[in-house]
Amino acid sequence: MSEAPLLSVRDLSVAFAQEGRQSTAVDHISFDIAKGETVALVGESGSGKSVSALSVLKLLPYPAASHPSGKILFQGADLLATDEKALRRVRGNKITMIFQEPMTSLNPLHTIEQQIVEVLALHQGLGDRQARARTLELLNEVGIREPEKRLDAYPHQLSGGQRQRVMIAMALANEPELLIADEPTTALDVTVQAQILELLAELKSRKGMSMLFITHDLGIVRKIADRVCVMTKGKIVETGPTKDIFANPQHTYTRHLLAAEPKGKPPAANAAAKPVMTGQDIKVWFPIKKGFFRRTVDNVKAVDGIDVTVRAGQTLGVVGESGSGKTTLGLALARMISSTGTIRFNGRDINELSFNAMRPLRRELQIVFQDPFGSLSPRMSVSEIIEEGLKIHEPKLSHDERDKRIVDVLGEVGLDPATRNRYPHEFSGGQRQRIAIARAMVLNPRFVMLDEPTSALDMSVQAQVVDLLRSLQAKHDLAYLFISHDLKVIRALANDVIVMRNGRIVETGPSEQIFERPQTDYTKALISAAFRIETAPVGTVSE
Amino acid sequence: MAGAAAQTAPDRIARPWLSPLNQRRLQNFRANRRGYWSLWIFLVLFVLSLFSEWIANDKPVLVSYKGEILFPVLVAYPEEKFGGFYAVTDYRDPVIQDEINAHGWMIWPPVRYSYRTVNNAIPEAAPTKPSWLYDVKTRCNQYPQGAADPNCAVGNWNWLGTDDQARDVLARVIYGFRVSVLFGLILTAGSALIGVTAGALQGYFGGWTDLLFQRFIEIWSAIPVLYLLLIVAAILPPGFFILLGLMLLFSWVALVGVVRAEFLRARNFEYVNAARALGVPNGTIMFRHLLPNAMVATLTFLPFLLSGSISTLTSLDYLGFGLPPGSASLGELLKQAQRNLNAPWLGISGFVVISLMLSLLVFVGEATRDAFDPRKTFR
Repeated sequence: MSEAPLLSVRDLSVAFAQEGRQSTAVDHISFDIAKGETVALVGESGSGKSVSALSVLKLLPYPAASHPSGKILFQGADLLATDEKALRRVRGNKITMIFQEPMTSLNPLHTIEQQIVEVLALHQGLGDRQARARTLELLNEVGIREPEKRLDAYPHQLSGGQRQRVMIAMALANEPELLIADEPTTALDVTVQAQILELLAELKSRKGMSMLFITHDLGIVRKIADRVCVMTKGKIVETGPTKDIFANPQHTYTRHLLAAEPKGKPPAANAAAKPVMTGQDIKVWFPIKKGFFRRTVDNVKAVDGIDVTVRAGQTLGVVGESGSGKTTLGLALARMISSTGTIRFNGRDINELSFNAMRPLRRELQIVFQDPFGSLSPRMSVSEIIEEGLKIHEPKLSHDERDKRIVDVLGEVGLDPATRNRYPHEFSGGQRQRIAIARAMVLNPRFVMLDEPTSALDMSVQAQVVDLLRSLQAKHDLAYLFISHDLKVIRALANDVIVMRNGRIVETGPSEQIFERPQTDYTKALISAAFRIETAPVGTVSE
Repeated sequence: MAGAAAQTAPDRIARPWLSPLNQRRLQNFRANRRGYWSLWIFLVLFVLSLFSEWIANDKPVLVSYKGEILFPVLVAYPEEKFGGFYAVTDYRDPVIQDEINAHGWMIWPPVRYSYRTVNNAIPEAAPTKPSWLYDVKTRCNQYPQGAADPNCAVGNWNWLGTDDQARDVLARVIYGFRVSVLFGLILTAGSALIGVTAGALQGYFGGWTDLLFQRFIEIWSAIPVLYLLLIVAAILPPGFFILLGLMLLFSWVALVGVVRAEFLRARNFEYVNAARALGVPNGTIMFRHLLPNAMVATLTFLPFLLSGSISTLTSLDYLGFGLPPGSASLGELLKQAQRNLNAPWLGISGFVVISLMLSLLVFVGEATRDAFDPRKTFR
């Protein structure tokens, strides 16, 4: 590193003014990016990694945000001291950015062509015909098949992966020196994530550009980054070449992060255990209606004839990419949406029961939702949230008995019972998910449907929640239906696995067999994408 | 329950009576000085007007007669109590006044007229100017003893003049303010109750319920209200509650839209699904989980609904389809002002009172709206 780095962040701080106080989000960080190098900023949510990246292009909400100290030198010039006009020539031209949500980063009212041409016209002043030719070239480059047909497409007509490719094409349009990628694959399925990462790596080496990659996923870092900066609480605690960091982490936080992957094994499978929940030939079809009389012309087959058995003390994992119908299956089994087929709970057919007849059964059949921020009412205290179910299913309990149950269950899920009169916003994501689990557990259920309960959580918190779920299962002999797209979590928790795609079962069997000796190409592709971030041959998975 | 609360008290962390969110809203509301002061001024005026009978009345507040303490405002004493023979005592009659003063004393309210008291001693043909525009001699020329008459006192002044039936404008304005605000409050509360319920049901159940209800509301709100009022006025005697009922039939529609939208949005929130999964009945879900969401929109809307109701009543009174003749009403005052352009005190009084009342309410409404706006920050 003899030559001057392309981007050099020196002693940067970011503070936000909040109700008269200054809170520091980024605290005196420094890092360099050399030409052609990929640097990853890794950290859990709230560590300040995105804020650092946004300050490079001065995209923070000024004047609420401010920089008490620091310089950002890009090719020798301090970007923080540059005025807005000069900065516009850098943005989207020399430094470009791709964001996490491909859904909202593209304007839904403009076609793909319009959006890419705008970038070209703005910075290069290309005419219509030239811009169109260049757009086609770019779309080809980012691997969109038949780009001529896609030019007039609107964002909603593309899949998530294709949209992210278009975003990349826009970012590359002006041959930038530096590409900032802020969690570009977090919203995507694992197989698509592998494709996008491969594309980014290939483009980077071909164009010789530098990349600042922001992510919380260490697997991606290992795959793509040359150097890593580990961030926590606004500070960079460790920085070094990727290999060294992974082989020989120095800082306790880095070690904690590396050790955080969900580990452990599910309890041994026991085919003799009593089935708690069985579903036979479950179908959930949403009719497509057309014409004046709203005739049903076709159906969207969200779940199309699936058999499941969940046994006491065991976990059935349901794996699939977005849109595979795994959540719909779970909701159908819990009778939250209507379906056809036989659903037996404790040996009783429940698919014909009315909402009112279901109510007494709800006690033993609980659900934990994905988003711990959305699933707890912000207007109720923790104690009110947990006692809601008790009030319905055990109305005879006195206030004191109820309070005791709440204290007990909070202790069981590892929360301080003294905090039960606080509101959900005073808790972190992991604590909130514990509250949601406590809400289900306080009723002593026999079957719990867990709908991606770890997806919204940081990696280290995921591991804790998985451990908690496993210990609760052992203690109460619970039957879990565990829905997730995250194969690592599934491997740590499930005895049996169903792999779903387009509403149908692709493969099913004991989890060991699925993970060690997958039979179908799709499962193989899913596993290699999830664990090794490798792409599958064309045609096996969606784009 | 009280014992239980006391027992668990030690390990409970004290909870403020307002959630942090509401505390912030209250703070925001206070930070808006104009709205905050408007609310206080309005509340003071409203509470005062509730005691109009003790402020402007043709009866004394307190009478001591032959050692007995009487409350003429609250109790209607027949005249024979004071030696007369009518069923109702006219305390403004000099004979009665002399009789009471000879055997005790009486305290008059600051304004000695009620809204329907006709001043028999006006210095010239009604409508008369405010008393402070006359000199003492002219002002009291109709009293038996002229300027020396005991009734030629400040309490008998017509501060804002009289209307064309020799009634005191100030007294009518005080009572009129009360009627308007009460009408507005009851109408708003009623519309909120019906509108929120209807909107909640539509939004929560959606589907056919929503579709049919929406079409019904479309047809319902297409009925011309004024026309209906005309027809009903021809059949039923006009009165406060009949008018209120009629207005209520149509004004509830205003809130349905916002509440319905909030419920439609919130019924798929995860915590609502979570409650459903717990087996919580629909009614409880709507009340406990969804209504608080809709309350923000509703509360923001209410002050404007209130000022809208008041101006509706005023305009109906102005047109003559409102409260029965003789009632204290601001709309009727405006109508008189229009007919007596030579008496500008009528129009000016009416205009000042109505605009003051509506401005206060709009300022309060504005402050409420801003206080509930999560994006708004005050520095």
